[in-house]
Amino acid sequence: MINYVIRRIVYMIPTLIIISMVSFVIIQLPPGDYLTTKIAQLEAQDELINRDLIEALRAEYGLDKPIYVQYAKWMWNVLQGDFGYSWEWNKPVVDVIGEQILLTTVVSLASMFLVYLIAIPIGIYSATHQYSAGDHALTFLGFLGLTTPNFLLAIVLLYAGYSFFDKSFIGLFSPEFENAPWSLAKVLDLLTHMWIPVIVISVSSVAGHIRVMRANLLDELKKQYVVTARAKGLSERKLLLKYPVRMAVNPMISGLSVLLPHLVSGATITAVVLSLPTTGPMLLGALRSQDVYLSGAFILLLSTLTVVSTLLSDLLLAWVDPRIRFD
Amino acid sequence: MGFLKRTTRRVPEEEKYFVAKPRQLMWWKYRKHKLAVVALGVIVLMYLLAAFVEPLAPYNPEAKHLRHLYAPPQGMHFWYDGKFHLWPATYKLKFRIDAETLREVYYEDPAEFSPVTMFHRGDRYRMWDLFETDIHVLGTDSGGTIFLFGTDGMGRDLLSRMMYGSRVSLSIGFIGVFLSFLLGIMLGGVSGYFGGVTDLMIQRIIEVLRSIPSIPLWMGLSAALPMTWSPLKVYFGITVILSFLGWTGTARAVRGKLLALREEDFAMAAYLAGASNARIIRKHLLPSFLSHIIVSITLHIPGMILGETALSYLGLGLRAPIISWGVLLKDCQNIQDVALHPWLLFPVLFLMLVILSFNFMGDGLRDAADPYAARTS
Repeated sequence: MINYVIRRIVYMIPTLIIISMVSFVIIQLPPGDYLTTKIAQLEAQDELINRDLIEALRAEYGLDKPIYVQYAKWMWNVLQGDFGYSWEWNKPVVDVIGEQILLTTVVSLASMFLVYLIAIPIGIYSATHQYSAGDHALTFLGFLGLTTPNFLLAIVLLYAGYSFFDKSFIGLFSPEFENAPWSLAKVLDLLTHMWIPVIVISVSSVAGHIRVMRANLLDELKKQYVVTARAKGLSERKLLLKYPVRMAVNPMISGLSVLLPHLVSGATITAVVLSLPTTGPMLLGALRSQDVYLSGAFILLLSTLTVVSTLLSDLLLAWVDPRIRFD
Repeated sequence: MGFLKRTTRRVPEEEKYFVAKPRQLMWWKYRKHKLAVVALGVIVLMYLLAAFVEPLAPYNPEAKHLRHLYAPPQGMHFWYDGKFHLWPATYKLKFRIDAETLREVYYEDPAEFSPVTMFHRGDRYRMWDLFETDIHVLGTDSGGTIFLFGTDGMGRDLLSRMMYGSRVSLSIGFIGVFLSFLLGIMLGGVSGYFGGVTDLMIQRIIEVLRSIPSIPLWMGLSAALPMTWSPLKVYFGITVILSFLGWTGTARAVRGKLLALREEDFAMAAYLAGASNARIIRKHLLPSFLSHIIVSITLHIPGMILGETALSYLGLGLRAPIISWGVLLKDCQNIQDVALHPWLLFPVLFLMLVILSFNFMGDGLRDAADPYAARTS
């Protein structure tokens, strides 16, 4: 097992390097750099420019050096926990994004648990009651959920909430907790507000996973060992949960590596629609105003987050399924 | 084998099966999937609509009707002039001030009506940039209006705008998929054919791209498109960005199939008969999995359409004056506006219809892609 863990962690390194390169490319893509934009702005306003400050900043970020030096410098700083400076917020990037990244993680992880919590029991039901009215109804609902993009669902939900229930689903906190320091009351407040975005984000994945679980279990149920166990007189419930379900769940766990990027991606855009204080709106703002260090840090961190959780899911799978770690 | 059972009952049917070309078999198999057939019909209709949008749309998409800002959808009525007619008409839209909210409220006045006319002479347009005309399939005479889906905040007819928007929204999926198809076949082919270090590197890149959340990455890339670009350039840029992530699935499928088929007897036979590598790939390997690739590609189209919509909705994708469903949905960002004018959400229905249809079509195609396989469950 130790061997397997080490091998997986080593595999992760090139992945992270490529991700950092992609993030850096995004930082570099907009024409010019932030300083030139800033200088042009100041000049247009006829303001005095502190040449020394600009030159100092330019040197600090290596904007006068070739691109690979800039990348190395940026990476070196990132590894030491310095993600650069957010021009728009006038603060180091780390101070700006900490809470957003945390909230995004919380929302995405909650969505992930919800996906499994709903999809696995429904998948089991659908497979054991194949072609029953319940199965057909769930399949139809699943297809509908699969095809409704979550940001559209969020818009429709907002509209419904606004016009039928006279209640707004916007935000993650009640107004009084918005800027309050973290406390137990704030966490409870978060929990009462979180379920709407979590449901919106997980709907499409739930639908997909019901299909996967159903198909996997149907395959397993046809196998000989199920017949054997039944012939030996095992109770139907025990038989189902002990053998075929355990087998059918495995591919779902490995599917985590696809599920997580999907959820984070859905969380980003849903957050913009529902104006949640997670990464979405701030990333959008940073991208619009070309606050490149901020947006670069977001993309780097979100991607790293998913890669690390993919690693965790692989380890989980190896723990659940011994055949994998001895491969 | 399903068809062997059938032989005992109906001989001509069975013979038809043996002489049929693969394409014919695929169609027979596709036809069995009822939902897929309906979906195919819907998709063909939508694309026809997009192709002939100028005469089909009742108005020019940019024509502003300043007396009808945020007009609600108008109905087609068969009861007018005091009796029932076989030909529909629209009632005149009037507005009054609501005593409570002090807002202008539209209402339809049955006393004034204008029958719907076919081949109506309305706004002028250039058909496919070939000739100029002003004939619209539907319209109304005598000063009436026909806003079947209502109008937006600038008094532009929403139905016409949605029809024009389908042109961009539906084509972006196709072009994007075509680009990722090219990339996927090339890189997947190289990966599967050469193997070794090249294979390892390409597989790694694919893995990385799949592990990056797509929306943030798309957002990052499209924010880099210069604001000064012309609409056409932005359209092309967005397509390239959307296909940037799309090719990985195709590349994987191509590589997997190439690796498996390389070991098949027929490939070995061709090799022993002296066929060159290029000929083996082109003439023997490629045709045997092309249908699978096309299916997997079809299933990517809805994702691309949604990607464009999401980006445009966020203001990072296409921008006015281009009309796409995402650009139209941008009006829905302010939820108070939507609550007052819910017809602004109509593009969502179109979008979902198209996405659902593409999914069902993909489902049917997946069954049909391998017509020789026995039908399972």
